[in-house]
Amino acid sequence: MENSRKSSLVLHIGVLALLFLLSFILSDYHQLTITRIMVLAIFALGYNILFGYVGLLSLGHAMFFACGLYAAGLPVYYLGWEVPSAFLFAIVISAFSATLIGAIALRTQGVAFMIVTLMFSQVAYLATLYFSDITGGDEGLVLPEHARSFAILGMQVDLTSPQTRYYITLGLLSASVLIVYRWVNGGPGREWVAVRENELRTRMLGYNTFLIKLKAMVISGTLSGGAGATYGLLFAYIGSTFASIQYSIDVLLFTLLGGAGTVLGPILGSFIMFYMIDFFSGYTTAYLLATGVVLILLIVYFPLGVLGTLRKKWRLWLP
Amino acid sequence: MGLGPFLLLASLEGLVQAAVLSLSALGLCLVFGVLRVVNVAHGEFHMVGAVIAWSVSHVLFGHPLLGFLVALFVAPLLVGLIAFTADRVILRKINHNPEATIVATIGMLYVIQQSVLIGFGPDARAMEPPFYFHINFPWFGYSGYKLSVILMAAALLLMVWHVLSRTRLGLIMRATQLDREMAQVFGIPVGWVYGLVFAAGAMLAALGAVLMAPIRQVHYLMGLDPLLMSFIVVIIGGLGSIRGALLAALVIGMSDGIISMFFSPTLAKMISTLLVALVLIFKPEGLFGLRKS
Repeated sequence: MENSRKSSLVLHIGVLALLFLLSFILSDYHQLTITRIMVLAIFALGYNILFGYVGLLSLGHAMFFACGLYAAGLPVYYLGWEVPSAFLFAIVISAFSATLIGAIALRTQGVAFMIVTLMFSQVAYLATLYFSDITGGDEGLVLPEHARSFAILGMQVDLTSPQTRYYITLGLLSASVLIVYRWVNGGPGREWVAVRENELRTRMLGYNTFLIKLKAMVISGTLSGGAGATYGLLFAYIGSTFASIQYSIDVLLFTLLGGAGTVLGPILGSFIMFYMIDFFSGYTTAYLLATGVVLILLIVYFPLGVLGTLRKKWRLWLP
Repeated sequence: MGLGPFLLLASLEGLVQAAVLSLSALGLCLVFGVLRVVNVAHGEFHMVGAVIAWSVSHVLFGHPLLGFLVALFVAPLLVGLIAFTADRVILRKINHNPEATIVATIGMLYVIQQSVLIGFGPDARAMEPPFYFHINFPWFGYSGYKLSVILMAAALLLMVWHVLSRTRLGLIMRATQLDREMAQVFGIPVGWVYGLVFAAGAMLAALGAVLMAPIRQVHYLMGLDPLLMSFIVVIIGGLGSIRGALLAALVIGMSDGIISMFFSPTLAKMISTLLVALVLIFKPEGLFGLRKS
């Protein structure tokens, strides 16, 4: 047990170290691609807490992503805020809205929960279109020049450099992985899995399952919002597309593919799916066909995903 | 034009929308009632129906009425076949597990939609109405075809009601809905019934689409709207309750038409979507549904 836990920690740190080493050999273009993937991986990591560990399937996580995106982007655009303060603001707002939405949506479960989250997310998406005077709607907003660099601890950080963006994202991803790793291996993770496996029994044992679920929802929403804020600030663009159903489905797909309920699964899923779609979009405009086919194959034949299947087959110690 | 005639125009538009919506929502409702699953690909069946209608009327030269009548038979038939196959090949493998089915039907949504994109192309195309005929009110002229849509939808709904309540097939469906295992014990091939009901639901969506195709343009992304609207109707009407769904379709279709005309369509969608989420949370049995055990 002690041994396996050690090797599992080594594996997680190894993956992050590998991503760090990659930055030395990759071209600017590939660095940009992987930066995008890593932001999506943070999003998927957040999603996985709710879906993989608590067993709540949300179809509306795009609203949290978009919430972070707009909460970071709008103050920068209209009020001229600095990047770090906008980022922190976005985190706070995401946590707040996740609490609010969680408190309402968690009154339902199963299929109703899926539909309610889908509906809420759709309302959020329509709202970004309806208030297009402010949000820029479908066309979105490009963040102004002053938001392309900021000073922190006496250092000037230039956000137009691919290298810098890569390291910032990797830093955030590493922090998220380590936090999530700690949580799922500690008390909160056990509570989450207990709720997933048998909510009634957990409640009977004296746990407040509603609070457990709400806590997971807030963490999940905050991570997703953080990913959204990172995306908006790094690439200096915010738009309605990020709030659309498409993004909610994508993150579900990443998590399912990599393996729900494993820490590294969503990251792996993001990488595979991103490159697969990249590959198909070279051939046809109908690249979303791949999304559909993979989704069906996964749910019918591999509901555990890549890492989940590996873990089951070889009794690995992946957390 | 004064407020009165404007309101009349808005309610006529709303009534047309309600007519088509009730067909589509009835399909979703039927599938949920019997199979206990939510079919997210429902809107795509609607879209495929419209695309087939357009293709049929495009291929058949001659009077547009001929194309329309042929489409009225061909579109539901083909769509039903697709849906039946999808049910047997995909949904049966996951035992119609409610949550897995949603994910699988999301996958089906993409597969269908993107296949149509490849075959049909990204352009919106207009279909010629089967007949031109204007009814002149004192204040405005109104398309006779739109009015006939209301009548045709009502006739189709009556037929569905007849099948469900007066035929052996309907009896089998209702028996399966009430108690799946007991139905199996009585020798009803439940697996087949599931496939048939899934197909029937898709066929209703396709029928609505054929009626709608001459009014709206045919486009590969047109499925999302009927899907969300049907969701709203089915949930407000009480999941699985057919009478509730029909009543809700009338109310939602009318109010959507009226709000869209006086304010903005986006606002109308926002309000009804939010309303539905709240209904699902605070009154999960629906506004018109009966509370079950």
